[in-house]
Amino acid sequence: MTQRRKALLAFLLGPGAGWLLLFFLLPGALVIVYSILTRKDGGGVEWIVDFSSYVKLFSPTDGAVINDFMVIFARSLWWAALTSFVCLLIGYPLAYFIALQPAHVRSTYLFLVLIPFWTNFLVRTYAWKFILNNNGLLNTLLQDWGFERIAIINTPTAVLIGLVYGSLPFMVLPLYASIEKLDFDLVEAAQDLGANYLSVFRRIILPLTAPGIGAGIVLVFIPVTGQYIVPTILGGGKVAMLGNLLAQQFGPALNWPFGSAISVIFMVLLMAAVVFYLRSENRDGEAGL
Amino acid sequence: MNERQPAGSDFLRWGKRLLWANMIFSFLFLYLPIVILVAFSFNDSKLGARWVGFTTQWYVSMAQSEAILTAMENSLIVALASTIIATILGTMTAMAMERFRFPFQRTYDGILYLPVIIPDIVMAISLLAFFSLLLGGVNNLLGLEGNAALRPGLVTVIIAHVAFNISFVAIVVRTSLGELDPGLEEAAQDLGANEWTTFRRVTLPLIMPGILGGALLAFTLSLDDFVITFFTTGPGGTTLPIEVFGRIRRAISPEINAISTAMLLVSMILVIVSQLVQRRTAALSSNSVQETQ
Repeated sequence: MTQRRKALLAFLLGPGAGWLLLFFLLPGALVIVYSILTRKDGGGVEWIVDFSSYVKLFSPTDGAVINDFMVIFARSLWWAALTSFVCLLIGYPLAYFIALQPAHVRSTYLFLVLIPFWTNFLVRTYAWKFILNNNGLLNTLLQDWGFERIAIINTPTAVLIGLVYGSLPFMVLPLYASIEKLDFDLVEAAQDLGANYLSVFRRIILPLTAPGIGAGIVLVFIPVTGQYIVPTILGGGKVAMLGNLLAQQFGPALNWPFGSAISVIFMVLLMAAVVFYLRSENRDGEAGL
Repeated sequence: MNERQPAGSDFLRWGKRLLWANMIFSFLFLYLPIVILVAFSFNDSKLGARWVGFTTQWYVSMAQSEAILTAMENSLIVALASTIIATILGTMTAMAMERFRFPFQRTYDGILYLPVIIPDIVMAISLLAFFSLLLGGVNNLLGLEGNAALRPGLVTVIIAHVAFNISFVAIVVRTSLGELDPGLEEAAQDLGANEWTTFRRVTLPLIMPGILGGALLAFTLSLDDFVITFFTTGPGGTTLPIEVFGRIRRAISPEINAISTAMLLVSMILVIVSQLVQRRTAALSSNSVQETQ
């Protein structure tokens, strides 16, 4: 590379890389450092090395094998898995349906999936609160029609509805992308050779659209584990997820080192999940060849 | 092309019915809450969710609320500033990644994707810790106290929004750079144009739809962001989502429905504009193919 090219590269790369280094990587590294420092009253840290945050995170509480923090970890991962599964269950047939439509109709359906994707997440979650609230639309209707009111707001059900609602477009778009590429001649060929619909789906369609399923699950699972808006608005903080726990430690509890330790373990878990996903992607790719 | 699935048996017919049913259910699920929200923004009742009568008073009180107008103004300032900075930096990054080879490029590529994948709450608390340390340090160093002390506010929010938006813009612009026929740039240089002229007269116009698309995405993400703003803002830095969140936590009121409807309207306009930009991209790339042939 000539001097001139080098200077040009530095000019193009420098500002963006500098910004990310200063305002993304450095703050991330700071959290790792904070996780082994001492708590300071009123927020912040004392610069004294102390591993007690990790001890607190992993030590069992009296009478229980796992402590409350681990319960929240487990709940976040479990709900993220459940949300991914429900989104897949609704999203796969939806994406399949769209892919089967004639080209000019397809773009309209896709547009309809895209709109919620672009609309404000807070507002869409609030819409569910308006419906599910104790004096909300659902209970008003139930009462008017002579049924019992139901207490659904601030329950896991309400949170899960909100999570699925917010995540569905993220599942449908990658699924559609991979189903749309599917060669339907293969499906026909298998049928001509006498395969029934179930085995065509299981042996042809499902393996060929597996990359879309994988991408959809990653796009739903990761953001859901860190959700803050949905469990706060539809769960009322009564069924906390990791996002609430983090906000609590950096907010009212003012225990920054402990919040940092939670964040570090959370990141380690997510990295492990992403590495696992990339590995299985590669394996599938090789098997496909 | 119209019927891509082979015609067939009862099993297939039932399968098709199920697909239809699932599609109708999905779109009802996605749109009914939004429709209800908008409808009840016109409901003439302060309490509850029973339809009483039509009114536009919630929009009037929204337009007269000082807090909401300030929040709207702040949201616009943040979105515009962060979009402009992120679009410039993101486009430069995309150029570097697509047109150069350099050491640790793959590592940097991975780092560029991190702000997109990482849950926003994690980025939010790390920025909170960082800004608190930074501003505290500067205040100590310069001996700033009381009202003179630097505090988090709109500036820290803009910095944070740029930090996640650079990646989104870079990804979108890289796609359109990747689709660009490199022969066009080579031809321009063979004809004697220098790098800058080639960029300005050939590359930039061709990737403009990609840059606009990236900018629109950045603008939307910034306008919609709640979590990162919540943890990086301070006194006087209330954006619209922060204001709405505060109101939702206090109580349900039809005024929130009215603000929400206004926010939905802005989102819709942005989607439509972004779709138009995409159409134009498609038209442009087919034109350039025709021209080169």
